Amino acid sequence: MKTLSNNDEQKNAPNPQTNPAHKVRSDRPFHIAFILIAGTYLLLLLVMLLADASYMFQENSPEVLSHDWSIAHPWLARIVNNPIGAALSDSNIQYSIVLSLVSCTITAMLSLVVAIPVGYLLSRHQFFGKNLIDAIFDIPIVLPPLVVGLSLLILFQYAPPVIREQVVYQLPAVVLAQFVVACAFAVRTMRATFDLIDTRREKVALTLGCNKAQAFRLVVLPEAKSGILTAGTLAWARALGEFGPLLVFAGATRGKTEVLSTTVFLELSVGNLGAAVAVSLIMIMAAATVLIIIRTWGTNKLTL
Amino acid sequence: MITLENLTIQAGDFRLNDLSLHIPTGDYGVLMGETGSGKTTLVECLCGLRSQEKGKIKLAGRDVTYLRPGERNIGYVPQDGALFPNMTVRNHLALPLSIRKWKPEAIAQRTEQLSDLLGLGSLLDRFPATLSGGETQRVALGRALAFSPSTLVLDEPLSAMDDHTHQQMVKLLKNVQQWTSVTVLHITHSREEARQLADCQLVMRQTGHLEPVNQQKESARS
Repeated sequence: MKTLSNNDEQKNAPNPQTNPAHKVRSDRPFHIAFILIAGTYLLLLLVMLLADASYMFQENSPEVLSHDWSIAHPWLARIVNNPIGAALSDSNIQYSIVLSLVSCTITAMLSLVVAIPVGYLLSRHQFFGKNLIDAIFDIPIVLPPLVVGLSLLILFQYAPPVIREQVVYQLPAVVLAQFVVACAFAVRTMRATFDLIDTRREKVALTLGCNKAQAFRLVVLPEAKSGILTAGTLAWARALGEFGPLLVFAGATRGKTEVLSTTVFLELSVGNLGAAVAVSLIMIMAAATVLIIIRTWGTNKLTL
Repeated sequence: MITLENLTIQAGDFRLNDLSLHIPTGDYGVLMGETGSGKTTLVECLCGLRSQEKGKIKLAGRDVTYLRPGERNIGYVPQDGALFPNMTVRNHLALPLSIRKWKPEAIAQRTEQLSDLLGLGSLLDRFPATLSGGETQRVALGRALAFSPSTLVLDEPLSAMDDHTHQQMVKLLKNVQQWTSVTVLHITHSREEARQLADCQLVMRQTGHLEPVNQQKESARS
């Protein structure tokens, strides 16, 4: 028996003399293909932003260019009289900048107040119907934005007229429309944050004499700090870009419920492309600032 | 004193049946068991972090079966320490005391006492990320002992340590137990550790069944 099995093994064993050495094919095509695809997308993003910027400097009103000094220094004139400056001096646009900043900040804070408990509960507890509830919190992410706005509008048809008049097409509608969508993103981020935090530390805190609230405040929250910052800035950025629900639920009344994204739409609709691009650039700068904040102080482990 | 009476725990698909165990006051009990035999589940139940299906847990003569973790007067040192990354070593030692509303002077005094006992003097203002494995375990031990618990539970505290640190920690654990006369339950899978430290030894089988190890036999063999 023993000799037989030995023979078998010898037969099946690869023979280094007769088997040619296995040659591994080059890695180069793999790297080239992936880098090309990544590079193309990166280029598309950068060129898009660059086009916005260059368009803005081309767009100058003829009367400005007819000044003596601006004929002598056309480039200087283009920089001084750029549409961003013009947009910033427009009182309607000033109002929409202020409203955007204030409403986005309120939305981000409200989102955190809701997302921290929701994220914690989803991360730490098992309960009946959890998958369903988890999916419900995703609704604002997957729903078409216009439908979110329409649903809010319909919801408030059932509200008492006193409340409806205070909210629909008024300032509270701006924050509410932003909040419904932005909060869902904050919830995702907070849940991922708490998932990454080891539960044993909370458990130790409980044995040390803390109750759940103390353990949460002293141990969990400090560890979640960068995640909270990420969730807050993400919610802020989402709120800034919110448009569909706003248009339906809050309207686009100049100087009342007009935020930056509405301004872009209003300027475009009257054919004022220069101003639309200028306001877009203001929003791009705000978004870039938020990105830098996330990258610098937020956690790298969270992606969305 | 640590007493378990017919403790039954259900944890997911995992089940521990009818565990009974007794470690006399001031003794150093070592519980050995293979990976997956449910040691950590048992520890969590003992600390009140997981509820039992039936049975009783008594610590220092008191029935703690239905008490909350913080009311059981039990110090817990989990595997690899689980220190709080945002707190200095000093804050780790002070946390259980400030929760109990001790006065700052009393906390400072206790912190000093602990750092003398565990050799933490030079580490007090450091953060966990900068500590070595042995230092981390000493801090975790100090945090667990700060409020003078009657019982100390150590979940594989010496795993993944080099031989030298391991020996130092064994010595330290012996000293700590002598000075504080705390009742200890030490979980490990190392026979050597059990031999060096134990007043009484128990083995946990794969089936979640506890067997006492005969001390005389064990020491005669070695």
